[in-house]
Amino acid sequence: MMELVCPAGTPAALRAAVDAGAHSVYCGFADETNARNFPGLNFSPDDMAQAVAYAHARGAKVLVAINTFPRAGAEPIWHRALSCAEQSGVDAVILADIGLLAHAAARHPKLRRHLSVQAAAANPDAINLYAEAFGVRRVVLPRVLTVEEISAINREVEVETEVFVFGGLCVMAEGRCSLSSYATGQSPNMNGVCSPAEHVAYSEEGHELAARLGGFTIHRTPKGAPAPYPTLCKGCFTSGPQTGHIFEDPVSLDATRLIPRLAKAGVSALKIEGRQRSRSYVAQVVRAFRAAVEAQAAGDPMPEGALARLTEGQAATTGAYAKRWR
Amino acid sequence: MPALLPRLPRAFQLVAMPLPVVPLSLLLGAVTRRMARTHPVMLRRLGAYAGKRFLIDPTDLPFVLLLQPLASQMTAHRRSSPPEHDARIAGPLSAFLAMMHGAEDGDALFFSRDLTVEGDTAALLALRNAIDDAELDLTEEFAALSGPLAAPLRLALARAERATGLALHRIDIGVLG
Amino acid sequence: MDLTVGPNFFFWPSDTVREFYGRLSRTTVARVVLGELVCSKRLPFWQEEIPTAVEALIAAGKEVAVTSLALITLKRERNLTADLIDIGLPVEVNDLSALAHVPLGTPFWVGPLVNVYNEGTLNWLIRRGATRICLPPELPLASVAVLAKMGRDEGVAVEVWGHGRLPLAISGRCYHARLHDRAKDSCQFVCGDDPDGREVETLDGQPFLAVNGVQTLSQSTASVAHQVQVLREVGVAALRLSPQSKGFTTICDVWSQHLAGRLTAPELVAKLRPTAPAGRLSDGFLAGTVGAAWSGGRA
Repeated sequence: MMELVCPAGTPAALRAAVDAGAHSVYCGFADETNARNFPGLNFSPDDMAQAVAYAHARGAKVLVAINTFPRAGAEPIWHRALSCAEQSGVDAVILADIGLLAHAAARHPKLRRHLSVQAAAANPDAINLYAEAFGVRRVVLPRVLTVEEISAINREVEVETEVFVFGGLCVMAEGRCSLSSYATGQSPNMNGVCSPAEHVAYSEEGHELAARLGGFTIHRTPKGAPAPYPTLCKGCFTSGPQTGHIFEDPVSLDATRLIPRLAKAGVSALKIEGRQRSRSYVAQVVRAFRAAVEAQAAGDPMPEGALARLTEGQAATTGAYAKRWR
Repeated sequence: MPALLPRLPRAFQLVAMPLPVVPLSLLLGAVTRRMARTHPVMLRRLGAYAGKRFLIDPTDLPFVLLLQPLASQMTAHRRSSPPEHDARIAGPLSAFLAMMHGAEDGDALFFSRDLTVEGDTAALLALRNAIDDAELDLTEEFAALSGPLAAPLRLALARAERATGLALHRIDIGVLG
Repeated sequence: MDLTVGPNFFFWPSDTVREFYGRLSRTTVARVVLGELVCSKRLPFWQEEIPTAVEALIAAGKEVAVTSLALITLKRERNLTADLIDIGLPVEVNDLSALAHVPLGTPFWVGPLVNVYNEGTLNWLIRRGATRICLPPELPLASVAVLAKMGRDEGVAVEVWGHGRLPLAISGRCYHARLHDRAKDSCQFVCGDDPDGREVETLDGQPFLAVNGVQTLSQSTASVAHQVQVLREVGVAALRLSPQSKGFTTICDVWSQHLAGRLTAPELVAKLRPTAPAGRLSDGFLAGTVGAAWSGGRA
């Protein structure tokens, strides 16, 4: 069966994911070392140790994302996160930065290393380089590839590959985007946040709700209409005579029906985005995808449509996995 | 498509209407202090946001609530004279209760506009995440509070839950979807 | 401290490219990185200009390197990358996978699109053979200071983004094609219509970004005009100037004059501003605030 890798922003969400059938749960420490450094989220060292105990007792794994790029002069914060993860008995760490990978390979050789999507390793040369130089065992593929390209990559690499199947969708190559810091001063790479809530302001203007990020208007929605969070790349902008979602519509990824093709393409693990979502969301999505991977293993058709209401803006896309997305 | 959440039936609104805000504040204050005591992790999770003032506006009730986590305080106020606050979250009572009890995802409620937010968005996000992690159960909190009245109160809340469709107790993972 | 001209981000006709590098060879910049960075589909239309440009630049005494693509996914793009090393010039790595084609022991440069945020990464790249590294534009001055010092101690040149629209993101999706309702594969090279990128405003008319095919740039032109002194002090070896279609030789000239002490910072800014689209400058990344902000010399 394909491994189902599920998000947890809190210990409650981790328990919900494990109980709902997650094979693995990924989470992070409550600081700038992980790429979902949001208010009220994430794990203290004690939380982490308890989370590992809970998951291991039920046959599930815990993967810890330490996937921001350490700040010059402050690397010890990231190095301590690695030590803490190893002491907590986690099953793997998910890293993006070359320097941190080199440090982990040298100082924590027994700690299994996965390459974060934030490293945006988008071809076999990159993947093999990370595998050879740092002993990376699994690569989370960036969301810019088609299923055919994923298949071609798997023919040329030895390491496992993991792909996103559900949740928020990055339009840009991950880890290679400074749109958020351009507008707010805080970026995924440096601060572990994108379009941070501290810089969001909603304001009712006439019959519209304006959502601004760092003072830049990201979208305006009529009163009462669904209002997606003002994520920069999902905003509505104007260019010349055109106004619209220039980068990406406010949609969310749902690749459920591609699972059989992803399996055939040699993908080992399926990842669900959403460490910022509630335990209720996690439980529902994990249960639906556990059913899907079991159906895939049994050769049955994919179950459909159970998750529509949980997606942003409530429309779903198969994203870059289909070539026409580009 | 907006979430299919129950709106509070008119009869219950009428019952709630003459409720004096002072005794209500006393009751809410007691529940809040109990929750702060039994779920200390909530305050830790709120971190720097614990000192913020949250205005909770259940739009189908005649009053608004001011939550001050650091002081373990929650008070009721008339909607016509809301107190000063850093962040406001508004929506039908059922949406709050569903989010609090894990029956609905907060983000899904925001996206569908069942809940609307204003002011310090980051503080509201922290509050949402802290509540989600605490796995609160309002029925248990009220029941635990009232000592000898626990059993009858629990029964009354269960009846209210059935009658109104409001999630007044924690939805355990096993019974979801 | 000297000047490096980075690769041109935009899709220009080959005549324009020829004239651009001809003029550039007559400026006093120290080195030039050229080649296709953004989209491999553009390359056949102008690659014949590359040898001529390289020849003219080398004859003018400039160091020259060739860039890799910013995002390498297709087999054809991987082959193209492997061929770069055979040109015999230093390769500037702008997608880490290009490094797979650089033999151990062959020196290479690292461009601003590789994530060099800290000492560990800088150290690893130096051990692998990097001799010149342009830091990502997103870095605040505090980080630049740490890395420039380390570069100086190791004898490796550390560069900083000096002037030009900021490369903020790279994607698999082509926004130019999307704006024209075309698939990337049948884009008909519409990005060529916008020699400095296509401007993107907010719904309230605020200038914000510019798209250039699969690349997203800032609308503002970043400029470290007010930070040169402090960058010198921390050991930054070069400033990178990013090509634009209008006034670029002027930009090179006024920067050279400023580095030589013949123009003050306010004078430099006064000369640069008319060359920037809509006259908008920014230096917030380096100043450590919001990227789009302009310190106006207060930093």
